[in-house]
Amino acid sequence: MPPTAFLEPHDVLILGAGNAAMSAAITARKMGASVLMIESADKDLRGGNSRHVRNIRYSHNAATDYVTGAYEASEYMTDLMRVTDGNTNEELMRFMIEASEDCADWMIEQGIKFQPPLSGTLGLARTNAFFLGGGKAMMNSYFKTCEKLGIDIVFEAEVEDVEMEGSKFVAAQVRHKGELHRVEARTVVLASGGFEANIEWLKEGWGDIAENFLVRGSPMNTGKVLRSMLNNGAKSVGVPEQCHAVAIDGRAPQFDGGISTRVDCVIFSVVVNKNGDRFYDEGEDIWPKRYAIWGRLVAKQPDQVAYAVIDSKSMGLFMPTVYSPIQSDTLAGLAEQLGVDAPTMEKTIADYNAGVQPGDFNATEPDGCHTEGVEPKKSNWARKIDTPPYYGYPVKMGITFTYLGLEVNKRAQVFMNDDKPAQNIWAAGEIMAGNILGQGYAGGTGMAIGNVFGRIAGEEAARHARN
Amino acid sequence: MPETETLDEAKRIMQICNACRYCEGYCAVFPAMTKRLNFNDGDVTYLANLCHGCQGCYYACQYAPPHEFAVNVPKTFAKLRGETYRDYAWPGIFKKLFEGNGKWVALIVVALTVIVTGLTYAIQGVDVVSGVYKGEGSFYKVIPHDVIVYVASAPFLFAILAFFVGLMKFWKDIGAKPMDLLHPRALTKALKDAGQMKYMGGGGHGCNYPDDNYSMGRRVAHQFTMWGFLLCFAATSVATVYHYVFGWPAPYDYFSVPVVLGTLGGIGLLIGPPGLLMIKKKADPEPQDTKQHGMDIAFLWLLFLTGLTGLALLALRETSLMGLLLAVHLGIVLGMFVTFPYGKMVHAVYRLGALIRFAHENDVKK
Repeated sequence: MPPTAFLEPHDVLILGAGNAAMSAAITARKMGASVLMIESADKDLRGGNSRHVRNIRYSHNAATDYVTGAYEASEYMTDLMRVTDGNTNEELMRFMIEASEDCADWMIEQGIKFQPPLSGTLGLARTNAFFLGGGKAMMNSYFKTCEKLGIDIVFEAEVEDVEMEGSKFVAAQVRHKGELHRVEARTVVLASGGFEANIEWLKEGWGDIAENFLVRGSPMNTGKVLRSMLNNGAKSVGVPEQCHAVAIDGRAPQFDGGISTRVDCVIFSVVVNKNGDRFYDEGEDIWPKRYAIWGRLVAKQPDQVAYAVIDSKSMGLFMPTVYSPIQSDTLAGLAEQLGVDAPTMEKTIADYNAGVQPGDFNATEPDGCHTEGVEPKKSNWARKIDTPPYYGYPVKMGITFTYLGLEVNKRAQVFMNDDKPAQNIWAAGEIMAGNILGQGYAGGTGMAIGNVFGRIAGEEAARHARN
Repeated sequence: MPETETLDEAKRIMQICNACRYCEGYCAVFPAMTKRLNFNDGDVTYLANLCHGCQGCYYACQYAPPHEFAVNVPKTFAKLRGETYRDYAWPGIFKKLFEGNGKWVALIVVALTVIVTGLTYAIQGVDVVSGVYKGEGSFYKVIPHDVIVYVASAPFLFAILAFFVGLMKFWKDIGAKPMDLLHPRALTKALKDAGQMKYMGGGGHGCNYPDDNYSMGRRVAHQFTMWGFLLCFAATSVATVYHYVFGWPAPYDYFSVPVVLGTLGGIGLLIGPPGLLMIKKKADPEPQDTKQHGMDIAFLWLLFLTGLTGLALLALRETSLMGLLLAVHLGIVLGMFVTFPYGKMVHAVYRLGALIRFAHENDVKK
């Protein structure tokens, strides 16, 4: 038996139920359209990667109850141009940033709660507004609003394929409780996320090493909708290996480890690979840039794993970790427990210690404490690793989201390979984030992209369906 | 100290929470947590008692079951609090009253009410108890003033002593210094936070009830209950002063200070406890320790009945039912005092202790 919501074609069919999908659904519904959302997760895991987020980066001209100061569109633009290294659709980026100004107000109208800027807000208190309780609480509010507005949602329903006639969406093939159903609708909004949970697809970009990646978010993001659209002749943007990835604890679960698995001690550590060799300047720059680059660095090491080693002097200087560190009174003992070549690691650390120059250590900013005569150099926070007990954290690459997606314009219309927009298909969120994020990331941008393009997609789809 | 298993689970969860910190906006627990890198038995005991059970962090938790991390802070802390109440009970022989507490409290209160009422009838006779009295000292024609004072004040003073001993044990275990308890700024801040029930505010939007919905309902019901109780207590205190200092015996005029305070308090107890009972019944059991519901329900009924019999006594004090109502009310109040250190009332003691500790930690940091 198909769910009753599948029987009657809706004005707007929304694939996904995260922030972008909700932004579209609520906007379309408020314009009077009938809306059906298809969510592959069950109620506990609903909301895709949005359930793991914490904040939204949006432009604002002044401090509010939720941000400590102005973050003008121009500064936002400069930040995104820097992290993407210009690898973006500049016009679309500017448009998104300017449109992001009312994101927080719009979310508050939908019942979403923000918290005042607090101590633990990671230096983002000015630029980003933090959801009270984080992304899952935000999603709970969204779902409450959907319920009130009379938006139909079917959980545990996975879109297997998108059926098109030329550039027109006709129906989605949806698997629900083991059965395949054909769900028709007048328009569709694609907000089903990326494909980071699809290791086979990641291998197309990364090769077999992708087997060793951990997925920080939803196991549901397998990219079936994206794949189906590409097969139907939609135009892609970005490349398969571009994604946001960070170094996380190697003991984290394969999926859904979220924020707590990050390892924050890299700058105070010596990072070795399993052969016991260092491979990059651990003290290069301040967080969060280094946080973002270490995922890729680790992915290039043997077995895609590395080990951050600190001594007792550094304990307590960084965010506590979800897994306790591996501990030993000797470096050899630690190497053995970590599974690192012990003689090499001992030599690496001895060489590093010999290269450490005197200086005034300061945990909170680049302090110039560096090494000399050691390759690679450590530029800041270089202190001898000499005070037992020694601690080690295994780190692996944790992939957060992918950038290969569908090309869209300012109206969130999906383009076909003939460079013409599809007739009744819009996209929002991670599935089109690659238009703006060709590479790199600045925390909270994904939420702004999802909300801005979600609302546009919802509005466009509702208007189209009702004409 | 509570069970090792419960403490270990609380420590496991706090290590996860401390690496996440998304919930820092909800209450005092998470800011207090972030001051610590590791969690010992005392730390989690303190944090558990700082938790007001608003449940915001449960619904917001990306690691709540079915996630493999299985984080459930409100349930774990509720369980730990329950064990705190039992383990700090003094004298230790009464710890077992916390096992199946609801039944014990009900039994003690009913027994005392029956005994007080029965003795009143037995000693005074039906005619005296059923008499209609007016004016000064009419209550004491049924039960002599001294009897009321001795019978009620003995268990009350004992309860204060038991609270104090329990609090000092708790205070020592959470690693605080005795004098910190009297730190003036910390004490003021803690009393303010308790008076406002700030942390039932869940970051400004209330507790999560009956599911992930934000609601001020629980905070409002709790305020009626707490302030209702405190007003009744104030009414009794003022009346005591009237009696001993000014030599004015009860009953007092309807617009006198004790009667106004008592009436407002009684109304609070008619509204608050049923509200909390309803919330408890409707709310999602997942973030709660449902094994403690017996204790909670008994306590709420006890407060409700105290208010109800008190108001009934006021309303019917010039009728032949006064004697019966006085005996019943006195029996229930006696039951309440006797069970104070061995029932839900103790939550107020440890919660206030935890709030003082929290205020003190923040004060010292500045």
